[in-house]
Amino acid sequence: MSRSHIAGTGMTSFGEHPDRTGRDLFAEAALAALDDADLKPDDVDEVFFGNFVGTLSENQGHQGPLMSEAFGSTAPAKRIEGACASSGLAIRDAVRTVRNGDADVVVAGGMERMTNMDTADATASLAVAADSLYEVRPGVTFPAAYALMARAYFEQFGGDTTDLAHIAVKNHENALANDHAHLQTKITVDDVIEAPAVADPLGLYDACPISDGASAVVLTTDAYAQRQGLEAPVTITGSGQGGDRMALQDRDSFAKTPATRDAAQEAYDDANVSPADIDVAEVHDCFTIAEVLALEALGLYEYGEAIGAARREETRRDGRLPVNLSGGLKAKGHPVGATGAAQVAAVAKLLTGTHPRADALDSPMIGLAQNAGGTVASATVHVLEVVE
Amino acid sequence: MSDTNVSSFASFLDAIEAGNPFYITCPNGHGSLPPRRLCPECQDQRISREPLPETGDIVTYTTVSVPAPRFSDDSPYVTAIADLGPVSLTGHLQVGNTDEIQMGQTVKVTVGSIDGQRFVAFERP
Repeated sequence: MSRSHIAGTGMTSFGEHPDRTGRDLFAEAALAALDDADLKPDDVDEVFFGNFVGTLSENQGHQGPLMSEAFGSTAPAKRIEGACASSGLAIRDAVRTVRNGDADVVVAGGMERMTNMDTADATASLAVAADSLYEVRPGVTFPAAYALMARAYFEQFGGDTTDLAHIAVKNHENALANDHAHLQTKITVDDVIEAPAVADPLGLYDACPISDGASAVVLTTDAYAQRQGLEAPVTITGSGQGGDRMALQDRDSFAKTPATRDAAQEAYDDANVSPADIDVAEVHDCFTIAEVLALEALGLYEYGEAIGAARREETRRDGRLPVNLSGGLKAKGHPVGATGAAQVAAVAKLLTGTHPRADALDSPMIGLAQNAGGTVASATVHVLEVVE
Repeated sequence: MSDTNVSSFASFLDAIEAGNPFYITCPNGHGSLPPRRLCPECQDQRISREPLPETGDIVTYTTVSVPAPRFSDDSPYVTAIADLGPVSLTGHLQVGNTDEIQMGQTVKVTVGSIDGQRFVAFERP
């Protein structure tokens, strides 16, 4: 079975692009990734495209062929949807295809447009990641869903909003060097605590922004990379996916995310690594509490211990396990369909030393990207390694 | 069960309104909520209705300040998950019940409606 090499990565800036179309955003990211890989649109065998609410935000379904065409290809393509895990799932399918030798060169990525909708429509769109009958109908918004988890976490394990604030501060600090980030503002713990409530205990600065943007990764087989003499030292050595009951009410715990746990176990087994081997991680911090849940489900922290990780400075870029050096979803932004692939791209660049925050790391060899859908009813985990 | 009327979301809400709330159970004693064609825990297809307790205890809640659009006139409002025993439900705390909500508080399951769409709601028992 071939390894899957990351030959190139590309992304648009994440932020407000209300005058750009989704097809143009993805074209920019895909062409940048192909350029980075020293490849052409004609070289692409298949396209895996993640997107969450394009049918609502742009009235556009059937986006696969549209996105292929946008970057100058007629390669077979499909839209993959798993709420916020859409492009993590796209990466997973792409990895499988390349490792099985079913394609030599694939593009995997995603795109989302949300800022062309007003707050009410954006809120309503994001809510479709939750159970429409049992959660959306009673008025649970996406922030409310994570707030229900946050309160349950505090109740079971302790911790408070100040602990969460340290996560937001850390991720904002990291994004200051990332010119593609949606938010490049330094914030303090007091800023977070005093911010307007969204769904308590979560406030405005516990929540990632609503962003537009696109990202793409070019993956190739071993043989192709060698034949073409490509510069592709980072490979995806582990891929995992997990699932859980859709509605929070039906789960055994509101403070744990077994979908991430299962995805991580599969990815670690696949890559033949353990959590202790991970040098750097990009995790799904759509809300500050989500970073805590992710770190514990990934086995990087014991349950109940990750709440204080940022406060204790362990997950800062100068800490023992730097998390979300890109700024995370919180500051880098979260164009929903683009996030999973953007996380993989960030880890790849951190491993090759080309990321703006790469100087925080000392010869990292193994990185991890974790992408979650909804209240983690879906999750993907990818392990990346430098193999040369 | 092939008769979807016995196990639909609408029939679930109808039953709450009629004062006869139910949940779905299987021979292994698992609880779930409609619509179901099999038990989600053990996949047993021999599912049936069981009476559901009318009240449950709050296990988590949040005050929503940025409302779902349909509830914008209601904002801020509280949504909570209540544990009724065999199942838990997510509900909208009805207007008029906005005094201090706490973990462990008992609430009664009822049905609300907004813009013609019904939803699970909670009120004081």
